[in-house]
Amino acid sequence: MLELGLFYTAATISLVSTILAVTRYNAAHALIYLIISLLASAIIFFLVGAPFAAVLEVVIYAGAIMVLFVFVIMMLNLGSSGDVSEHVLLKPGMWVFPSALSLVLFVEIVYVLQSSEHILKGAVIGPKAVGIELFGPYVLAVEIASMLLLAGLVGAYHLGRRYLVDARQQR
Amino acid sequence: MTEAVVIPMEHGLLLAGILFLIGLLGVLVRRNIILILMSLEIMLNACGLAFIVAGAHWGIADGQIMFMLILSIAAAEVSVGLGLLLQAHRRFGSLDIDQASRMKG
Repeated sequence: MLELGLFYTAATISLVSTILAVTRYNAAHALIYLIISLLASAIIFFLVGAPFAAVLEVVIYAGAIMVLFVFVIMMLNLGSSGDVSEHVLLKPGMWVFPSALSLVLFVEIVYVLQSSEHILKGAVIGPKAVGIELFGPYVLAVEIASMLLLAGLVGAYHLGRRYLVDARQQR
Repeated sequence: MTEAVVIPMEHGLLLAGILFLIGLLGVLVRRNIILILMSLEIMLNACGLAFIVAGAHWGIADGQIMFMLILSIAAAEVSVGLGLLLQAHRRFGSLDIDQASRMKG
């Protein structure tokens, strides 16, 4: 029953933070709630027995991809009103509720890790099984994903470079 | 009560469906390009959640592999989308997608 309670807590946090992320006016606040939603998803992955996917969710989704969003938001906010907007961003009402949500998630993951043996009763599929599958029958999919990432790299480089050149000409 | 209590697959899939719907509503309703990209991320993450829950229910690793493929798709999509966002911000001066609602020609 305890595992179910942890699952429903994480699911509730995921739903609440996702709804709040979609309905925020400020993009930075939406980003904070989106990161909390992704962390809750990672805990759900861990609870259903996919620890490698949980790690990937935190490292790549909540780490790398959200940092891209942060870069773009900070890049577009570079105006004279930067201090004012930062003052608005750091109001207590804006970070208390996200902090409470992530504190609940933190307590949950600490509890799960401390008593991992008798909570995770389902079959855990570790990184070894995933890796054997990934480079066995799915090696063609890995190649396709690498080509997709290469296409994304070339596209992003092209778009970003023309932006920089035009900005330099405008100055 | 010593038998294993596992998370029901239906509830996980229901959660994934609700998250996908929230993301879809965000794409349809929001007019800020950054928020639209975030809603697309929510939808992709919901797809990954569905794959993981189903794969865990059947006890196979294929769900996690599909999640990794979704992850690479999300990374490529976000990089190109943010490049387009910078272009749109330079060209229209704002992040409102309604300003780009008309084709040239």
